[in-house]
Amino acid sequence: MESSSRQPAGFSDSKPRAPGRVVRYGGGLRALSLATLAVMTAGLALVFFYAPLEAEQGFLQKIFYVHVPLAIVSLCGFVLGGLFAIQHLRTRDQRWDMRSYVAIHMSLIFGVGTLITGSIWAKGSWGHWWVWNEPTLVSFLIVFLLYATYQPLRFAIEDPERQARYASVFAITAGAFVPMNFIAVRLSTAYLHPRVLGGTSNLPAPMALTFVVCLVAMALLYTTMFKYELTAKHTRAQLRALRRRLAGEDAPAGLSRARTAAPTLQPPATIGAGAAGRPG
Amino acid sequence: MRRTVAALLRKELLVELRTLESVPGMSLFAVTTFVVFHFALNRSSVDGDLAAGILWVTLLFAAILGVNRLFVADADQGGFDGFLLAPVDRSALLVAKAITLLAYIVVLELVAVPAFALLLLGPPLGQALPDLLGVLALADVGVAAIGTLVAALAVRTRARDLLGPLLALPLLVPIVIGGARATSPLLALAHPGAPAPRWLLTLGLYDLVFGLIAYAVFDFLLED
Repeated sequence: MESSSRQPAGFSDSKPRAPGRVVRYGGGLRALSLATLAVMTAGLALVFFYAPLEAEQGFLQKIFYVHVPLAIVSLCGFVLGGLFAIQHLRTRDQRWDMRSYVAIHMSLIFGVGTLITGSIWAKGSWGHWWVWNEPTLVSFLIVFLLYATYQPLRFAIEDPERQARYASVFAITAGAFVPMNFIAVRLSTAYLHPRVLGGTSNLPAPMALTFVVCLVAMALLYTTMFKYELTAKHTRAQLRALRRRLAGEDAPAGLSRARTAAPTLQPPATIGAGAAGRPG
Repeated sequence: MRRTVAALLRKELLVELRTLESVPGMSLFAVTTFVVFHFALNRSSVDGDLAAGILWVTLLFAAILGVNRLFVADADQGGFDGFLLAPVDRSALLVAKAITLLAYIVVLELVAVPAFALLLLGPPLGQALPDLLGVLALADVGVAAIGTLVAALAVRTRARDLLGPLLALPLLVPIVIGGARATSPLLALAHPGAPAPRWLLTLGLYDLVFGLIAYAVFDFLLED
């Protein structure tokens, strides 16, 4: 492919590069991006040209193929963040904390998308931007509000090690809260509206197929974005380490860095040592 | 473990009795909030859904005042360090703090519920009282478990007064749902009925799950 020569450093394994660490994070990113693009295109094509118009809501119902996958992927991402956090507390490996952070960060972005598309759908079908008797949407808002405090929590703790530990405790608690909250809110709401979201079994076959393809596309999109952010974070950490080495050993380690809610990785020591051992 | 919890509990209650930092403030806050609700809603008596909502919102916010203060002395005056130096099970601190918070909330309710009945509630409380006490007890356990966990999570951050409530409120929403829905038939004007069992079940399940989660993750908050 033509674009391969313009790839950012570290994303290709064709050229030998000094420390092998970066290559590992960027591996498979291009294939994944292409797969996402292909399935996404296929999904949207199915939505617009294949799936039949719904009898009651007409064209508007097609937002279902975006909204519901967004919501499902976002919630799974939150729970995934909790699982990564468990792994972090068990192994004390900072990379798990980084994965947990990135999973929750991506889920928050997908969550904004879910709330916006949900609002549009509600406005279109019920005439209001927000409806309280749609339990799934309401539970989603509560979950979203809880996770919105994740980054302020990280930001308010200065010691990186404690920040990671506390963030993991939060991620586990919140991950367990997700299903509990859905049960509670669903109980509290009378089933007033016929539900489109109750699984694929009550959908006609073309709609179900389109939905599944869209769900896969959205999951792929999530995975791709997840890997991109992870790679970017690791590359930045490595770049910082190399800069520091360039500036000399006695350059201030943490002072130049702006305070951040993102986890701080510490490959500097290992990479610095690895690169030093290698003849230039 | 039991002796440790008893010792910690004794210390907590002694500190509270000597300083009176939390409970009087929480109770006063609740009574003042009822007055505020009277003027904000421009009603002299409430019943049913509205009464249950006012009661739960007030109790919850008053409880959050207690949650915010729960670990402050330990963080500022070396209580954590002292505890970590002792060769005891760390979960003892969670249990002791949760019981402390539970005691605060019970005292708060001893003030707030009669005050609510006196100031705002339309129907007499008399025969609904046993059921109401049951619902309150179930919800209190959940508030105490979540409150202790959130307090420990927020206390050593820079914006602890802000983060505590922000973390606690979404986590407490299911308790508000269960509590308010279970209470509203008790406070109805016309035909007071019993709370639906499913709300009690929701509250009980929530207490159990979050009690276990708090127990599982609390140790990790106490490592330095």
